Amino acid sequence: MKKTLAGALAVLLLTAACGGGTGAGPSGGTVKLSDGKLVIAVINDQSGVYADLSGKNAVEAVKMAVEDFKAKYGENALGGSVEVLTADHQNKADVAQQKAQEFYERNNADLILDVPTSSAALAIADVAKTEKKLYINVTAATTDLTGKSCNKYTFHYAYDTYMLAQGTGITVTQQGGKSWYIIYPNYAFGQDMEKSFRQAVTAAGGNVVQSDGSPFPNTTGDFSSLLLKAGQLKPQVLGAMQAGGDLVNVVKQYNEFKLKDQNIKLAVGLLFDTDITAVGQDALAGTVYTTPWLWSMDEQSKAFADKFLKRTNIRPTFAHAANYSAAWQYMEAIRRAGSDDADAVVKQLEGYKFNDFFIRNGFVRPEDHWVQHDALIAQVKPKSEAKEAFDYSKVVSTIAADKASRPLSEAGCSMPK
Amino acid sequence: MEYLALQLFNGLVNGSFYALLSLGLAVIFGVLRVVNFAHGALYMLGAFAAYLLLQDFGVGFWLALILAPIGIGIAGMVLERLLIRRLYGLDPLYNFLLTFGLTLMIQDGVRLRYGLQGQPYPAPAELAGSVSAGLVAYPTYRLFVIAFSLVVCVAVWYVIERTRLGMIVRAATERPELTRALGINVDRWITPVFGFGVALAALGGVLAAPMRNVSPLMGSELIIFAFAVVVIGGMGSIAGAVVAGFLVGVLASLAAVFNPALENVVAFALMAIVLLVRPAGLFGSLEARS
Repeated sequence: MKKTLAGALAVLLLTAACGGGTGAGPSGGTVKLSDGKLVIAVINDQSGVYADLSGKNAVEAVKMAVEDFKAKYGENALGGSVEVLTADHQNKADVAQQKAQEFYERNNADLILDVPTSSAALAIADVAKTEKKLYINVTAATTDLTGKSCNKYTFHYAYDTYMLAQGTGITVTQQGGKSWYIIYPNYAFGQDMEKSFRQAVTAAGGNVVQSDGSPFPNTTGDFSSLLLKAGQLKPQVLGAMQAGGDLVNVVKQYNEFKLKDQNIKLAVGLLFDTDITAVGQDALAGTVYTTPWLWSMDEQSKAFADKFLKRTNIRPTFAHAANYSAAWQYMEAIRRAGSDDADAVVKQLEGYKFNDFFIRNGFVRPEDHWVQHDALIAQVKPKSEAKEAFDYSKVVSTIAADKASRPLSEAGCSMPK
Repeated sequence: MEYLALQLFNGLVNGSFYALLSLGLAVIFGVLRVVNFAHGALYMLGAFAAYLLLQDFGVGFWLALILAPIGIGIAGMVLERLLIRRLYGLDPLYNFLLTFGLTLMIQDGVRLRYGLQGQPYPAPAELAGSVSAGLVAYPTYRLFVIAFSLVVCVAVWYVIERTRLGMIVRAATERPELTRALGINVDRWITPVFGFGVALAALGGVLAAPMRNVSPLMGSELIIFAFAVVVIGGMGSIAGAVVAGFLVGVLASLAAVFNPALENVVAFALMAIVLLVRPAGLFGSLEARS
């Protein structure tokens, strides 16, 4: 306790010394770490369905960020050593909660990063709130992180169900896909996706004919009953909200039942490069989807992707890139604050405007801690157009940051100051 | 009505996989008295073998349908010789542990090399089309899966129940000492029978590759159902495994019409009922349980 008090005091003095400059880039001043070192903990799925899209390689991305940060600002950029810890939450909320508690209390972690799986992500938000330590969620999709579960220490970085629905739901409806049949995995993430897509499709003048939940986890890997139903309902669009391995099964069986030939278009809610590898690029060719980032979108993204490929032998998914970017921006905030004290860092992050290779037109909304930024409408290319391995998609258009973000009035977040 | 009829076909497709897997389990249990927990992992290996054959050697689906089961069947025989054989005299629990441990090793080995997300595998060109059934088209490949597994199941049943080879195997199962006394080398048959059961699992895996996500966990998800099916059919009963396999597949699919969530529950509800009413299973005899 004394330590934090001293830390807070130091921050006050330092900010005073620097003229309280906010958002003006790195202060270049010295950083005082509360316990002599900075600890970043990455909690994610390292053995289950989401292990490939973030997992161990997300940890590598964070380590890369730390190394690059030191290369740029010098070994002593943060006034001490930086340690990256990691744990497998097995997609279980209780395990996630325990690990977070342990990292914050026993390992003195200053930040928890990543955390896919909405239920686990929400559990850690509660821990961050009581421990008063920072938590930047990257790979979970639920809007509740910046909605009813929002709190002072929790930030949501890369994407959410609102962004996905605004992108894919509205674009596909405007392209003429007016009637939708939505299938979703029946748990927090899927239900949230269904709600967001229903809103977006209706707002764009479309109509959701019906929606059905599929069992989660789907132990049989069989979606044929829902696909047969789609063949009966004859919607213009089949909206599949499943993720990871479930999505792969849906797409395989969608192709098997030849629903495309019956003019039932497939729209997917959430698509990672790793899913495209599993289904096969041609099986998904033409599919329109929303993503915060593509490794092939421009030169600076490619430069990161090349470095990542050298290190891990794969091209980064947007989750990998987002973890790097989030870790980087956190360290920048520490330099601006001159301390790793959570309250001081939060102050630096709130209202901060920035750009990096992952985030374009970034703005950290102080009211709900949603990190607002541009999103992309992408389309899967046929394999014949791919220039190299993992060259799966192209950018169709960009959604402006404010359009891709849920309006504050709908967020329902009351942030205790 | 038409929808229900098509849904029945979906049930038969799922039933085909249950039947193939539980048939292998039943054959192995019948002869070796081993509950093979590694069956799901071997099914997964079948799918991965098909994928590897296509990816690295350009070997298509039809040849894979023969090569993969043979290769993995042989691997199964090696496993039996090296490991499983050593535990026959002991408490069955030891073989539970061994085969379960093998499952974890096989799964994680594949995961290390290929990741969890899964690998693509296309349906063979000849069967990639669909058969028009009124308003809806039904994939030709699925019809093939039903027909093919029915043929395999009937063939296995015929060999075991109606041929001299089958007679020896059954005799060795029920009265090993007496069979030995008649001058038949019982031990000679144990390894091939295990390999054969494993080959059936691999065959199921190859059949599943074009329809399902080819990932390291695909077997662990299905094997639970296969065990339920074996219990419903009666431990060690060949016909029971097949009939119960198709029955569970069809009932689960029809239940999904009314409520998708029911699909996963039906097999276990049925198992509970069967255990209450007919503890030996639909086709089981008390003898097979002794």
